[in-house]
Amino acid sequence: MDIENPVSTFTEGTPFDPELVNRFMSKFGHGGFLNMEYSQHGEDWVELAIDWRDDLVGDPGTGVMASAVVISLLDNATSMSIWQKRGAFVPQVTMDLRLDYLRPSPAGKRVYGRGICYHISRKIGFVRGIAHNGDLEDPLAYASGTFIRLEGWQS
Amino acid sequence: MNHFRDDLTALLPPYAQSLGMFVRHMDGTGPVIEMPFDQKIQGRPGFLHGGAISGLLEMAAIAAIHQALIARHGDAPIRQVNVTIDFMRGGLPQTSYAAGTIARMGRSMANVNARAWQGDPEKPIATAQMHYLIKSAQGG
Repeated sequence: MDIENPVSTFTEGTPFDPELVNRFMSKFGHGGFLNMEYSQHGEDWVELAIDWRDDLVGDPGTGVMASAVVISLLDNATSMSIWQKRGAFVPQVTMDLRLDYLRPSPAGKRVYGRGICYHISRKIGFVRGIAHNGDLEDPLAYASGTFIRLEGWQS
Repeated sequence: MNHFRDDLTALLPPYAQSLGMFVRHMDGTGPVIEMPFDQKIQGRPGFLHGGAISGLLEMAAIAAIHQALIARHGDAPIRQVNVTIDFMRGGLPQTSYAAGTIARMGRSMANVNARAWQGDPEKPIATAQMHYLIKSAQGG
C-alpha cells in the first residue's frame, strides 16, 4: 500500500492495516483538522485519539471538548472497525449513529474513541463505540450505529 | 433581528467558529446555521465528513434551544444527553445549512429535532434527534 496515494489505500478489497490507513486519513480533510491519531486495535476493534485543543472547545466556560468532536472520532473508529473485522477495505457510508454522553470530555484531556464491529452482513456493518480519556472503565460516551456498503463505488 | 442573530452567533462555541459556522438568518421557526465548505470538513474524497455534518446539526439544536429559552424566561446553561443522527445523502463540497426545531421544552429538558441540507431544503443530507438538560438557576 502506498500511503501517499489515496487510490491504492482506498481500493476495494485492499488488505486493511488500521495504523497505515489512519496515517493517511489524518493527513487531509476533517481527520487532518482534528489530528486524529491511531491508538491501538484488536481483531474487531480500532481505537483512535484526538488531543484537546482550545479551538475544539464546546463550552468556553468549562473548556470541555465539543461533543461533535467525539462523534467524528467514533464515526472514524467504528467505520475502521468494520474494515478491521472484514480484513479488507470496503467502501461504505454511515447510515446512522447514536451517542449517549455520560459526561463531558474535560479541558486538556486527550479523548480516545474505540470502535467495535460486533456483526457484519453482506451490506451492513453493526457497530458500537466507547469514548474515554485513557481509562476504558471510565467512559464518557457510548455509541451505536450502522454502516452500509457502497456498491459500484469507484476509487 | 440582525442584532439577535449576531448574539446567537456569539453563543456558538469555539468548535463551531473554527469550522466557520455562523447564524445566517432567522426564519419563521428559528435560527439557520451556515457552514461553508472547507477542506477541514471533508471526509472521503468529494464528500463532507459525517462528524462535521453532525456538528452542524448540534449547533443548530443549541441555537434553537437558546432562542427558545430567551423567548421564554431568559437564557440558561444546557447540557446534551444524547444524539441520534440519520445520514441520508452524501454531503457535497458546498455550503451546508441546518436548523433545529424544539419538539418539546419542559422545565428541565428539551427534545430537539434538527435537519441539514445543501441546495434544496426539501432534500436533507442528515437529520438528528437530541435531548438536552436545561440547568436551572437552583442548579437543577
